[in-house]
Amino acid sequence: MSMLRVHVEGVGLWSPQLADFAALRALLAGATPPAPSPRPAAATLPPNERRRAPESVLLAVEAAGQAVAMSGRDAAALACVFASAHGDQAITDYMCATLARSPAELSPTRFHNSVHNAAVGYWTIATGCHAPSTAICAQRASFGAALLEAASQALAEQRAVLLVCSDTTGSGPLAEVTGCAQAFGCALVLAPQASSASLGRLDLQLGTAPTDTSLPEPLQGWRAGNPSAASLPLLALLAGAGGHCELPVAATLGLRIDMENVA
Amino acid sequence: MPILMTPLAVTAYTATSAMGSGLAAQLDALEHARSGLRPNDISSAPLACWVGRVDGVEDVVLPAALGAWDCRNNRLAWLGLNQDGFLERVHAARTRYGADRVALLLGTSTASIGATEEAYRRLDADGGFADDMLRPAIHAPHSLAAFVAAALELAGPCLTVSTACSSSAKVFASAERMIRLGLVDAAVVGGVDTLCDSVLFGFNALELVSPEPCRPFDAARNGISIGEAAGFALLERIEAAADAPRLLGYGEASDAHHMSTPHPDGLGAELALNDALARAGLDAARVDYINLHGTASQKNDEVEAALVGRVFPVRTRASSTKGFTGHTLGAAGIVEATIALQAIEHGLVPGNLGGDTPDPICGAHFAWRNERQRVDVALSNSFGFGGNNACLAFARAGFAA
Repeated sequence: MSMLRVHVEGVGLWSPQLADFAALRALLAGATPPAPSPRPAAATLPPNERRRAPESVLLAVEAAGQAVAMSGRDAAALACVFASAHGDQAITDYMCATLARSPAELSPTRFHNSVHNAAVGYWTIATGCHAPSTAICAQRASFGAALLEAASQALAEQRAVLLVCSDTTGSGPLAEVTGCAQAFGCALVLAPQASSASLGRLDLQLGTAPTDTSLPEPLQGWRAGNPSAASLPLLALLAGAGGHCELPVAATLGLRIDMENVA
Repeated sequence: MPILMTPLAVTAYTATSAMGSGLAAQLDALEHARSGLRPNDISSAPLACWVGRVDGVEDVVLPAALGAWDCRNNRLAWLGLNQDGFLERVHAARTRYGADRVALLLGTSTASIGATEEAYRRLDADGGFADDMLRPAIHAPHSLAAFVAAALELAGPCLTVSTACSSSAKVFASAERMIRLGLVDAAVVGGVDTLCDSVLFGFNALELVSPEPCRPFDAARNGISIGEAAGFALLERIEAAADAPRLLGYGEASDAHHMSTPHPDGLGAELALNDALARAGLDAARVDYINLHGTASQKNDEVEAALVGRVFPVRTRASSTKGFTGHTLGAAGIVEATIALQAIEHGLVPGNLGGDTPDPICGAHFAWRNERQRVDVALSNSFGFGGNNACLAFARAGFAA
């Protein structure tokens, strides 16, 4: 089985408890980082877009913006892999409720924001990015599948890739079946070659059982409450001294990740 | 610049749309210029438009072991998988390579959102989902791929690409990268989207739906007709099947312009086209046929006709087949890929059905009626909301650029 080796150049993170990757580092070191403001800043978006954009877009763009800033790369040159297990749940809830009641009243803006690639669409528009961009999902394996997709693209195309995985809180009756208790978004900039910007080296190997690496609380609870938080074992490795973890990449397939710190 | 791609063999493919179930029905409809569009008879409230509805989806019964996946989208997927011996071909690949060495990469725009709509139409008295709708897996956008993985008993990488109307074209790119890197030996690609209120009333709210059958590239075109479809293809290395048609290249690019209208100069579409030609090692003049995105929206057709005119010589024939199927959204990429493959296999350039009064922006490239000619190289364009563009390049077995 082939091994994929990629280099992490930037990490972004946002949840109601963690404003960024530094906050995760602080938390794991025993500190209590201050909670971020309730709405992700998403400073990459122009102000008018920021006001209008749905929460799912703000969350993804916030995480993406942090990771790209850390990498020092030009966002316009990065291929984009955006993942979300459930897309914009507030819009799905709105659309299904409106369609059940009075379908002719459906909002055209909410409809075009309902596409799974809305966040990556807004991101490419805001950054002037003409590179390939995609939006994917794989239920609770969405982060693992997106990491595999992004690493494949980085290596096959020999270019840096922005990986984002985010899910918002569940809304309305839909919340019962999505089980998203709180928002969580993360992002990585992956490069095919080591460089002065490298923070860590990831060796990815397919073929293990799709097990979840155990986590300390409160991370364990956060992971249970949001499919995008399945990334936390890897984020914790990146925040620490390296090591290995396993992530689900499909219903019956896992990914072993060996991470070595270079920063 | 992308590197020249080692072609992949398309060892099996199939499509089910309003033209019919399976490739023979599709070819027959194309040869006889027979549209599958009909007056809308499916939305939960009246909406005066035409739709590309697949006959018999309601009567499909999933195997008992897969019963928890039941919904219109997965029924259409199952109907599609059962055409053209596709299940048997996947079974053979699974046996040859191992279930974990075959990737499953499917595109869909709305997956089984129709089931979520239904759950909201008949909520319990306490405002929750009825017991029979409490099936979390069908209320997520990965519903389709997870169902097909179970149906095909595949255990390799499995993901859903959901980039609106380019979804099931982009899966070919993901598959090629995974095969090239040795992560898998084969990939099942494709996509399924079904008619549902979200897309019918959503596109209607955007004033993009025609009250008549859609007329791609017609001077009087006034919007899209929405359709549903399922399509699949099996990709392997060419050493496994030297006599199979080939995926020569693919291109992907972003407009970075607007969420729901294309770049006015077709920038992302042209970047995707150039990317596909470069990977395939082709000059534009080598392309015999392009199956266009051609939705019959004002903007798409204007931008795409201009792109064809500035890149290709008139010997390259071009048409949209949305007049046969309607716009099948996330399934359009795979359905039109199979039409491009049939053009190669049968020497048929399908006519641009519905373009009775050609828009003057269209050059002499356009095949307004069916044309019989040898087709060695065929492209398929797919563009989606968010400015997401993809282009696929196919060729007959043994073709060398």
